[in-house]
Amino acid sequence: MSVNEKAAPAAGPATNPTTATPAPEGWEPKIIGFACNWCTYAGADLAGTSRIQYPPNIRVIRVPCSGRINPQFVVRAFQRGADGVLVAGCHPGDCHYSTGNYFARRRYLLAKRFIEYLGVEPERLQVRWISGSEGQKFADTVRELTEKLRALGPQRRLRETL
Amino acid sequence: MRRVGVFVCWCGSNIAGTVDIEQVKAAAAKMPNVAYVEDNKYTCSEPGQAAIQKAIKEQKLDRVVVAACSPRMHENTFRRTVGGAGLNPYLLEIANIREHCSWVHPDKVAGTRKAVDLVRRAVYKVAKNVPLQRASIDVTKRALIIGGGIAGIQAALDIADAGQPVVVVEKTPSIGGHMAQLDKTFPTLDCSACILTPKMVDAAQNQNITLMTWSEVEKVDGYIGNFTVTIRKKARHVDTTKCTGCGICWSKCPAKVSSEFDLGIGKRKAIYVPFPQAIPNKPVIDEKNCIFFKTGKCKACQMFCPTGSISFDQKDELVEEKFGAIIVATGYEQWDPSPYGEYGYGRYKDVITGLEFERLVNASGPTEGKIKRPSDGKLPKDVVIIQCVGSRDEAKGIPYCSKTCCMYSAKHAILLEEKIHAHSYVFYMDVRTPGKGYEEFYKRATEEHHATYIRGRVSRVYQKGDKLVCLGEDTLLGKKVEVEADLVILASAMVHQNGASKLAQTLGISYDQNEFYTEAHAKLRPVETNTAGIFLAGACQGPKDIPETVAQAGAAASKVISLLSKPKLETEPLVAQVNEAICSGCLWCKPICPYKAIDGKVVKERIAGGKTIERPVAAVNASLCQGCGACTVACRTGAMNVLGFTNEHILAEVDALCL
Repeated sequence: MSVNEKAAPAAGPATNPTTATPAPEGWEPKIIGFACNWCTYAGADLAGTSRIQYPPNIRVIRVPCSGRINPQFVVRAFQRGADGVLVAGCHPGDCHYSTGNYFARRRYLLAKRFIEYLGVEPERLQVRWISGSEGQKFADTVRELTEKLRALGPQRRLRETL
Repeated sequence: MRRVGVFVCWCGSNIAGTVDIEQVKAAAAKMPNVAYVEDNKYTCSEPGQAAIQKAIKEQKLDRVVVAACSPRMHENTFRRTVGGAGLNPYLLEIANIREHCSWVHPDKVAGTRKAVDLVRRAVYKVAKNVPLQRASIDVTKRALIIGGGIAGIQAALDIADAGQPVVVVEKTPSIGGHMAQLDKTFPTLDCSACILTPKMVDAAQNQNITLMTWSEVEKVDGYIGNFTVTIRKKARHVDTTKCTGCGICWSKCPAKVSSEFDLGIGKRKAIYVPFPQAIPNKPVIDEKNCIFFKTGKCKACQMFCPTGSISFDQKDELVEEKFGAIIVATGYEQWDPSPYGEYGYGRYKDVITGLEFERLVNASGPTEGKIKRPSDGKLPKDVVIIQCVGSRDEAKGIPYCSKTCCMYSAKHAILLEEKIHAHSYVFYMDVRTPGKGYEEFYKRATEEHHATYIRGRVSRVYQKGDKLVCLGEDTLLGKKVEVEADLVILASAMVHQNGASKLAQTLGISYDQNEFYTEAHAKLRPVETNTAGIFLAGACQGPKDIPETVAQAGAAASKVISLLSKPKLETEPLVAQVNEAICSGCLWCKPICPYKAIDGKVVKERIAGGKTIERPVAAVNASLCQGCGACTVACRTGAMNVLGFTNEHILAEVDALCL
């Protein structure tokens, strides 16, 4: 099963609380991206050097490897009010550190279930493999995720009111 | 309280065109810890860098944020700038407001908002940065080359030339590799042995080169500059210090078996040198076929040996050696075309592979260069050459192009015409001849040597009398073709060396789905692996012809020379670190580490009541660690961190971006 695949449709309104209230005026989805230095960060750089435009909703945090991305960081992003999170690294088999993305793949299969269990729509967490030559894929991924989040509305389930 | 200086770059109009620099500056000035903000037209230029250094000194800055292009572009440049002003180079963070912002978001309002967020991320992160020191490690001034083919020989000669000692480990009894099996080489048709054997002799005579033939690498420990390698010297049963290579032993040996070097076309004895020009020219006893080892009787070689060098009780020997760098040059194997049942390889004696044909046409081969076909020894008149056997066939063979077959098939066609006036019919999918003089060589085969090229595949080969009928299709004419041939040569694919993946695991390097070793970067680091200190040369990285292999071997050698000529190696300090106080010693981090950099150790500590206890904790070998951070996520107590990318760093970045 791919990381982004969903086993069963989300059941009932209890697991889908955030769309209950409409989004405030001028709301823009906020996406935190975790990108490995060797593939996805380079892919995002390539989108830049190729001037491929995409929505300005994502902010990327550079990490050495997708295997470095602790699900704790994802949860923290949702707690701090992120509407979506993108976890991205090298394609399986291409990891700069040989095996990091394999661990990431297994870990995020579970993590998606976990945030679903916490009551956040699992579509808000996307895991993608984007290589250093896939600037277009990076841009497409951001566009797709931004549109998805626009449809879902603001993420309020885990958001802490400070 | 930190004193962070923020330097916002215009990058000409690249950033300033779509990001409001003044707004970014104003927002940055209000961020926590920020003591100074400045903008520059080109921060990476000499005046831009000088401005940073000046501000560090005058404003007493202790952290620097540069908001400019990607850190993949200029992080090292600005680290040097910061270092030049007396600050630790790791007290720097880059906000990527060009590639990730100004170049992709034309909307100035949204772009500026994002740029401010990206600067805030860097400001929050840099506040948590601590000074890091590069460590230096010693370098063992000695290189190991695995594989004694042309790649290994060339690399060894180049490294030895630079005055560094080299050890070449070769698993067969002689160096030389596949090149020693070839007859002529394209595109010049000079004989392979004439250009290879002098190099083999050079390697043997070079003071700096130690040849370890009939040996294999068993185990590799350590890291760049300091590898410890266990080499298995297989029992040769011949004392090479006494043996003169006179050849009496193998002339007296009664056991005849088929020769691996001649690919089964010729015979050898149980005590043998693989080919007459072998280096070292000292025989080995093949235990599997030796009559003494099988029955306990014979010892003919020992009886006749004039120097008394035969010893039947020799055992495999394990030696441990230290090296600073390793070149992997293990080469390729020719693919066994048996899966193509329709070609009849293995069923018809006169269907042979390209490499087998090389032995047949080679003057020092089993037929002394006479192209006698294997079934009845007749000279063939019509020969069918089938290209892409295995190559470019995902269903039965391998998906990639083997790169050399078009050229060697053209060579075979030329040799057949030149030597015995045989006519060649070459069935091809595409003829690929990129390379200097290659297209001309192919033209020569068709025009001067009258080879018939037929675009299409052969569907079936069957015997009719003493002929082999090849049924195929000429796809350009859209017609069926039937050729009655005396000999069929299959241009079989180049595949990975047997056990390539096992060796990769021993070395800790990566390999692709075809079991070829993966280079660090397909374009910019073609001879390095992702494991520091291990380099690649030749066809073990992918199909290559001789000129390319030699070029790559030279490149790998120059990498090794520059590595070994450094008095000390500097290591990147962005590595994993254990907080021993909270480490529970579970060692979940150990198996997840791809570099075997984590091990357990025992710490002693005093606990309440003055008692001293011992408890296990994880320990990171900073020289082995590459800083991937896999261990940090596996760590249940949060004791493991990667310097420069700590949990605290990343959480601070998340917080900054979500504000």
